[in-house]
Amino acid sequence: MRHLGTAFLGLAAAGLLAAAGAVAQDGSTAYGDIMNDPRIKDHIVGDKHSGFVYATLATRDMQEDDFENPAFTWVSLGEELWDKQDGAMGKSCAACHGAPESLRGVSVVYPKYRESTGGMAALEHIVNECRTERMGADPWKWESDQMLGMTAFVKLQSRGMPIDVSIDGPARPFFESGRDFFFQRRGQLDLACNMCHEDHPGDMIRADLLSYGMGNGFPTYRLKWQKLGSLHRRFAGCNKNIRAQPYARGSDEYTNLELFVMWRSNGLPSEAPAVRR
Amino acid sequence: MSHQRSQTLTVNRRGLLGALGGGVLVAAGAGLAPRAAKATPEDAGKWVAELTGGKPPTDDPRVALDLPPIAENGNTVPVTVTVDSPMTDGDYVTKIHVVAEGNPNPGLCTFELTPACGKAEVSTRMRLARTQNVVAVAELSDGTVISGRKEVKVTIGGCGG
Amino acid sequence: MAANRPRVKVPKTAKKGDVFQIKTLVTHAMETGLRKGKDGNPIPRDIVNTFTCAFNGKTVFTMKLEPAISANPYIAFYQQATESGDYTFTWTDDAGDSVSKTASIQVS
Repeated sequence: MRHLGTAFLGLAAAGLLAAAGAVAQDGSTAYGDIMNDPRIKDHIVGDKHSGFVYATLATRDMQEDDFENPAFTWVSLGEELWDKQDGAMGKSCAACHGAPESLRGVSVVYPKYRESTGGMAALEHIVNECRTERMGADPWKWESDQMLGMTAFVKLQSRGMPIDVSIDGPARPFFESGRDFFFQRRGQLDLACNMCHEDHPGDMIRADLLSYGMGNGFPTYRLKWQKLGSLHRRFAGCNKNIRAQPYARGSDEYTNLELFVMWRSNGLPSEAPAVRR
Repeated sequence: MSHQRSQTLTVNRRGLLGALGGGVLVAAGAGLAPRAAKATPEDAGKWVAELTGGKPPTDDPRVALDLPPIAENGNTVPVTVTVDSPMTDGDYVTKIHVVAEGNPNPGLCTFELTPACGKAEVSTRMRLARTQNVVAVAELSDGTVISGRKEVKVTIGGCGG
Repeated sequence: MAANRPRVKVPKTAKKGDVFQIKTLVTHAMETGLRKGKDGNPIPRDIVNTFTCAFNGKTVFTMKLEPAISANPYIAFYQQATESGDYTFTWTDDAGDSVSKTASIQVS
């Protein structure tokens, strides 16, 4: 561990932003020359690195072109659904919210404390609250194309704005619960989130370049999934990989973890819908 | 007596640990192995021969593949094939076949072009089961068959995911 | 599952003789037939196997896809501007179902 720390200090002193044992002096990694790409500077704020910084150039290209980014087929679905009347009250999203641009800046504060339930609400919870309470419509499943499309479309309105979740006041205990989850070893591999994503970003885990595990790109189109997916799906995947029992999407456990992860991402630009490996 | 028992226990524990270690190795091996039988360069050659009517392609610098040297995930690997051709009515690329030498099946896709394309450059995204050569075979309007190839390294996730 | 939500990118205008890129994307799982479902049975193959692009009714570009093409197929290629007209893009799956999308170009 000590030599990693030393390497980190050395790189930091040399003005290289990557905290990376696997990053060579010239900025090259096993993934190619990804640290000299001028695009990464928009994805580094202070000591925070978006997952963009650990993606290959090809994946960055795919994210940055709204046509080539496959997540945009879900965005189109979200856009259709925005204007579509649904439910007993005959309302659409647009009936209350008007133009989607009116939601600029709204998504970056989620998860947010919700008084009606006395807990944290992710954007998905709010979409379903709108559907059931104000539209008289059925809730969408967390990982349905509709929900992914709507959350991607809503978050797209805030693209580039800094993540800005609050952990003060009533949110505090939920933040602490999420933080405890992050540092709790679990599963047969006995790993906690921090052991990869706090202690080793920039290092290789087998053939994989570890990131900080930031949440500012979700929902994200993962090359592995070949599909858009929620942050909670990512949590479940990570938990399964360390042979731990995953929690349900939308559960208090994952929503509190999302609050902690988004707090770590505070200040990074919202990239949703991003593309990741 | 108690000493003997402790010896026995130690041996048993080692035996058990050994068995567990073996189990882990087997599991890791299974994770790395391709899930289905894989093609070979020969299978890929046969596939191409079927498509081109038996004409063996000759490697030619006019066929260029643009692939990331390392694919972060084999499920979505971008590929662009460019064939240097005037694309006129008299001289154009009729087909571009893309073939994987190490996938369960060698075929990836075939593009059928016309002079209306103006430029023989095509792009798509493909699934690659492992590190391998990707081969592009171009059929030209004069009957010539030329090819180009490039290796792409395919990584798998840190936890085997 | 039929392909859906097709997206195409064609320039609205071009000068005669210009060579331009066309990009297309469609939503489809591209099920390979090699995977097993939760019940242990193989999931049947279901892919978009043919993509065609026609200009003013005449086929100008075709792609035959194998199961090794990624889900949500992305296809990009070039065209040379000759006259104003309509491009029609069609994706056809194993069941024979197809989805189409049209885009117009003004050539001066």
